Amino acid sequence: MTSPDNLPEVPGVPEVPESPVARRGMFGASDSGDTSGYGGLVVRRAPQLSTPRPYGSYFDEVVDSLGLDDAIERVVVDRGELTLHVKRERLVEVCGKLRDDAALRFELSLGVSGVHYPHLTGEELHAVYHLCSITHNRRIRLEVSCPDADPHIPSTVGVYPGNDWHERETYDFFGIVFDGHPALTRIMMPDDWDGHPQRKDYPLGGIPVEYRGATIPSPDQRRSYQ
Amino acid sequence: MSTGYDEATEGKVYSVTGADWDEVVTGVRDSEEERLVVNMGPQHPSTHGVLRLVLTLDGETVTEARGVIGYLHTGIEKNMEYRTWTQGTTFVTRMDYLSPIFNETAYCLGVERLLGIEDRVPDRAQAIRVMMMELNRISSHLVAMGTFGMELGATTPFLFGYRDRELIMDLFEYITGLRMNHAYVRPGGVSVDLPAGAVDKVGEFLKEMPKRIKDIRKLLDENPVYLRRTQDVAYLDLTGCMALGITGPILRAAGLPWDLRKSQPYCGYETYEFDVPTERSCDVFGRYLVRMKEMEESLKIIEQALDRLAGPLKGDPVMIEDKKIGWPAQLALGPDGFGNSPDHIAHIMGSSMEALIHHFKLVTEGFRVPAGQAYASIESPKGELGAHVVSDGGTRPYRVHFREPSFCNLQGFPAMAEGGQVADVIAAVASIDPVMGGVDR
Repeated sequence: MTSPDNLPEVPGVPEVPESPVARRGMFGASDSGDTSGYGGLVVRRAPQLSTPRPYGSYFDEVVDSLGLDDAIERVVVDRGELTLHVKRERLVEVCGKLRDDAALRFELSLGVSGVHYPHLTGEELHAVYHLCSITHNRRIRLEVSCPDADPHIPSTVGVYPGNDWHERETYDFFGIVFDGHPALTRIMMPDDWDGHPQRKDYPLGGIPVEYRGATIPSPDQRRSYQ
Repeated sequence: MSTGYDEATEGKVYSVTGADWDEVVTGVRDSEEERLVVNMGPQHPSTHGVLRLVLTLDGETVTEARGVIGYLHTGIEKNMEYRTWTQGTTFVTRMDYLSPIFNETAYCLGVERLLGIEDRVPDRAQAIRVMMMELNRISSHLVAMGTFGMELGATTPFLFGYRDRELIMDLFEYITGLRMNHAYVRPGGVSVDLPAGAVDKVGEFLKEMPKRIKDIRKLLDENPVYLRRTQDVAYLDLTGCMALGITGPILRAAGLPWDLRKSQPYCGYETYEFDVPTERSCDVFGRYLVRMKEMEESLKIIEQALDRLAGPLKGDPVMIEDKKIGWPAQLALGPDGFGNSPDHIAHIMGSSMEALIHHFKLVTEGFRVPAGQAYASIESPKGELGAHVVSDGGTRPYRVHFREPSFCNLQGFPAMAEGGQVADVIAAVASIDPVMGGVDR
């Protein structure tokens, strides 16, 4: 980022639309002037991926066998892994078919992981399910999103009982409410805890530490490079 | 005696916090209610760490069992979002503190997949990873078996287990510099090559260890007390394992030879010869046998890895050649006791300004990882350890989540314990071998 006091204004630089920008400048630091000469560089956020057919590997077969195209928002094949973005109201149905269909047989659920994307308006909270088929030796990832204003996702405990604690963990850390879960309570944090710690708007905390006259700020106050 | 409860709805409540058992016994003697809720832990020598169990008892029978966790939650996943990708290894190594090398490897494989450098990690680094992981598997199983014996009342296996584990701890200290929390495996390779003499030391260990494993097996394999306490106890069959997402020795003791080292190999495991031991008994004794046999298989793998490290892979690099990712890995022990790379220091301080800037940026800022997500999983001593790693394209992880096998397996403990005896709860928990640092993270 250029600061106005150490660089003259350059006329004729085209304007850059604000929303998809991931960072400006070479190094992503924003707390001091960029003297590298790359201050005008704009790096855009990666676009939302959606892979066209054919997906390659066993992925086409899995998507074909599943057959519930109207329940799937998009399919992403990235780094050799298949991700199905599933509509949240159809999640349980998709899981059930993935587990029971002879051509799919994803018997083993490897739990739920949450991710908070505050910049994705309307789908801020994501729940990510990793499934494994022992019969066919395959893996697949399901991703479900819900808006922050309505953080509800149907529970998959009925299909994969092992997701019980995982959903509690995701609820604890992200505040996603899994509807239909038998006992959705906090699991890691104390029962009377306020807030959901893994959300991006929840501060890490910490205090600055002095060592030999120099003060080291707490980790979330240190310079970050985007 | 507790106060503040509603006798009509909850029945008579006795709270025992100290040495007032007499009071409880006299109080309960005339009661018609047989149901008893006992709270075990979180500080209890046989709960394997800070795990709390809430047991509902009918006489000696457990009718309901619940595990309560979270006492060792340290926020590792949150903290990692504020450190560089390389610094992440120093956090993950502390999760399951009995198998640090596995935590680091799972995380680094995830980062390497995101970077797209899986094929460019040198073979020597992969062989060192395999050797270290298998050593770590033995040390983890030794603790599992040792504490297991102790929790069932036998002190000798505990002493044997810890004595033999010390051999591996010494090796780890010699190779990585630390007994635990190594941060040895790094994205792109390992932090430093094996020091001189390490191959010989591991060779000596390979000669000594089979005897030590035999010693423990002699103590336990046919010990009638041990057999009574473990056979047909904490039964969990294949269906139960699948439904509850249980992996590792528990699953293999239910008869399924599912081992990621065989089925979805990583770090070059497909090039090593070893067997996947299974049992069909689905009980605690089966899990014990699987672990003992796995240690013997691990020795085979270590031997093969060692042959490669001393032979064809001798002198090869242990860190990716890409200077934008790999830290200097040709370290030497300095007079101050710290590892440094004299050649590299001479280069950046004496001859190249650009190299100095580059080194500074690499260490303070870290490397950027292309946006996306990846899931890397490995077979840890407890089961499938998975790392779900998400990047937004920056120099820090956007989100890292671990699929901890201890966490998943511990969930299955009510299924093993309910309907059994109180004493078998201990055997059930011990056979899961949960490490609370990993469960709570």
